[in-house]
Amino acid sequence: MLIKKFSGDVLKLLIYKSYPFLFLVSLSLFLLIACSGRPTQKTPVSTENKESTTTSVESKDSGVLVIYSGRKESLVGPIIEQFKDATGIDVKVKYGKTGEIAATILEEGDKSPADVFFAQDPGGLGAIANADMLKILPDSILGKVPSWAVSGESLWVGISGRARAVVYNTENVDPADLPDTLEGFTDPKWKGRIGWPPTNGSFQAMVTAMRVKWGEEKTREWLKGIQANEPIVYPKNTPTVAAAGAGEIDVGFVNHYYLYRFLASEGDEFGARNHYLEGDGPGSLVLVAGAGILKTGKNQDNAERFLSFMLSKVAQQYFAGQTYEYPVVEGVKVSRILVPIDEVTKVEIDMADLEDLKGTQVLLRDLGLIN
Amino acid sequence: MNLFSANKNSYRMPPILFVFITLFVALIMVIPLLYLLLRITQLSLDDLLVLVSNRAFQTLTRSLVLMICVTTLSSMIAIPLAWITARTYLPFRKIWIILVMLPLVIPSYVGAYLFLSVFGPTGLFQKGLEVLFEVQRLPDIRGLFGATIVLSLLSYPYLFITLRGAISGLDISMEESSRILGHNSFWTFIKVTLPQLRFPFVSGALLISLYTLSDFGAVSIFNYNTFSWTIYQQYNSLVDRSMSALFSIIFVLLAFLIVLIEFKTRGFQKYYRIGSGISRKPKPISLGFWKFPVYLFLFVVIGFSLILPISMLFVWLFKGMYFGDSIVFSWSPIFNSIFVSVLSALLIVFFSFATSIILVRYSLTGNRFFESISYLGFVLPGVVVAISVVYFAANYIGIFYQTTLVLILAYVILFFPVALGAIRSVLLQINPSLEDAAHGMSHNYFSVLFRINVPLMKPGLIMGFAMVFLLVMKELPVTLILGPLGFKTLATEVWSFSSEAFFASAAVPALIIILICSLPMLVIIIWDKRIGD
Repeated sequence: MLIKKFSGDVLKLLIYKSYPFLFLVSLSLFLLIACSGRPTQKTPVSTENKESTTTSVESKDSGVLVIYSGRKESLVGPIIEQFKDATGIDVKVKYGKTGEIAATILEEGDKSPADVFFAQDPGGLGAIANADMLKILPDSILGKVPSWAVSGESLWVGISGRARAVVYNTENVDPADLPDTLEGFTDPKWKGRIGWPPTNGSFQAMVTAMRVKWGEEKTREWLKGIQANEPIVYPKNTPTVAAAGAGEIDVGFVNHYYLYRFLASEGDEFGARNHYLEGDGPGSLVLVAGAGILKTGKNQDNAERFLSFMLSKVAQQYFAGQTYEYPVVEGVKVSRILVPIDEVTKVEIDMADLEDLKGTQVLLRDLGLIN
Repeated sequence: MNLFSANKNSYRMPPILFVFITLFVALIMVIPLLYLLLRITQLSLDDLLVLVSNRAFQTLTRSLVLMICVTTLSSMIAIPLAWITARTYLPFRKIWIILVMLPLVIPSYVGAYLFLSVFGPTGLFQKGLEVLFEVQRLPDIRGLFGATIVLSLLSYPYLFITLRGAISGLDISMEESSRILGHNSFWTFIKVTLPQLRFPFVSGALLISLYTLSDFGAVSIFNYNTFSWTIYQQYNSLVDRSMSALFSIIFVLLAFLIVLIEFKTRGFQKYYRIGSGISRKPKPISLGFWKFPVYLFLFVVIGFSLILPISMLFVWLFKGMYFGDSIVFSWSPIFNSIFVSVLSALLIVFFSFATSIILVRYSLTGNRFFESISYLGFVLPGVVVAISVVYFAANYIGIFYQTTLVLILAYVILFFPVALGAIRSVLLQINPSLEDAAHGMSHNYFSVLFRINVPLMKPGLIMGFAMVFLLVMKELPVTLILGPLGFKTLATEVWSFSSEAFFASAAVPALIIILICSLPMLVIIIWDKRIGD
């Protein structure tokens, strides 16, 4: 009885007198847990061993290759895994939105942990290239792709192509009635039937291509013409395609491959299909997603190997087959359900010309299309 | 005096540890502000003129109009809900409480997308009407109308939580006096109950206003151009970062302005009981013939804010399974989400407890400043907070950059005011003479805190924890930008899959978020007798 009371008193004393101490302990415990970070990231011992053996033979780099990806894991995750397995190089990826990742790299400056920047569009790469943060790529990489898919200063390279397309509702639109060129959509008969995402990067790249091909005045007229048809505004491609499928709009200006995602998740009865514009107009543009290597990266050799791998037959086949994109390397078969790239007439335009988004944004802002 | 100020005779001096914590929180809170000022100094005078342009003014007006509409509508939802669940005889009350809190976990871009896919011009609702009445097209709800409805449905729990806690903590004798003096229950509510709820109402409404100002998910889907959406557009379209900073500064000013209004309306009354008397639970009011409208109201609110999104997520899932779409699933995001949510909720609750003691019990110079600055992270768009932390962490504390530590400190910047509001309002209901008495009985400072304050503040501490937990679970921009390399949470998974139209794969983590958030709340609410009945 006495012992029990005594031990109880000791316990009380310990607890009540030592709150400050407990605070400190729990706080430092917290810091410890937090700093140890990455709770569920396993670094399997086997990979490390593999890495050290392979890198000692093939590469000077020893660290982990860090990729900042503006492309979603759902699209590029599997092929990055394949790169890991094939080379034994350990890779860590930060996924995000291309614009925000570019801003992150700019703020990190010299301290950026990134080796490779894998971007959704040429505009994102242009922002980093303009800050003089990308290194000039070797010819062994540049030589793999046609010159239109490479930056003017050889600072980045296109990895996969996405065609601009007009997605249309199959119930309300007869494909034969669809115009062959972008100009056709300013016709008043399209009033209230169009959807577009003016804040989207690919859409803005198309407008940049218009300015390159048509000049400032005609581009402005076209945008005004579409505005007169009272288009519904969407935040990005996915909801635009969804709206075409549901019949909310009859036509929408998007990238081609979103449709195939909808067909995969909603079946063939999904109510929209793609229409490709013809001729040498900016409506038949093929845009690239691309990548560059950061000057400050600590794994330059592995970064080059990564780009080479992304341009290999295996990776290009992956993009063609799994993400329904167009390969940028010759001699890779596209998915059966894709329209061959030759039929998606490619307008003669260098991706390098699309780097500069500023003029486009000034124009769009002037017309009240973006803020 | 030692570090922890345990000296009994000087308990009127603020405990140094808590002062340190308050200073530390203030320090990390000013990070975004410092960053924005740094970026702005790089602008020319011409650039500054953009701010006084007509367009900037219109965008700002739209933001404020939306804020007023959302705050009004969500008050109309939250006030009756809080009163019904606190005071009336409602079967399965605890379940209802959880259900009306849960919409807080649905990310606004997911909620808005799902809402539009049902009530859009050619959404599911129209498809149903087409079969029945051959309705071809519904009026478009995009714009102010739709954005108001969706944001109100997703944000009313902020107000519900603060109000409900306060209503259960009210001293019932005031209302009884009013009834004895001849007021009926309605006038008692208007004249006696509501005035006592002024402080929790203002702090809950403030959270909703600031949340609405900083939201970009719903406004982008409903194509309602607000200031925060402009800032997101600027970051994502790679224009000059200084311009985004310039626009963000407006948010800072706005936040100060709103907090100032809050100070003015809050007043300085005391909210605790003085003198003797017995604090006891009010007898639940029987609903009588009001039963039907009350149930209807509950079902409408929960139907639109919770059942609709959940069933649409199941539609995504089953559609994908039916058409053989591959469903990608991994475990690590679940553990990561729980890990960072629990850790940051604990830390933020601890910080808020310490600072609320300082703010409420000691009138120190700088308290006002601290309060204003503490709302900064909550009102700024997430991407701005994230980028500013990137700048400081990468350049000045490189070894901690891209660790969970910096991520959690960024969560502190974002969500601190949420917990502070919940915790401070319960502290205000405690009569300080209780603490004085304990001190008089020669307990040391921390002993008093743990014997008097912690038990009495338990509802607020629990609510603060729950809210921060839910908010971290669904947080996206900061997690994406500041997370350790390869760090995935349920929220980033939902975003990664849904934005590329992998709807079935996106539905799984979205449903898991809702499940995970409801389980601990169930446990807490059943375990805590004070919240339930």
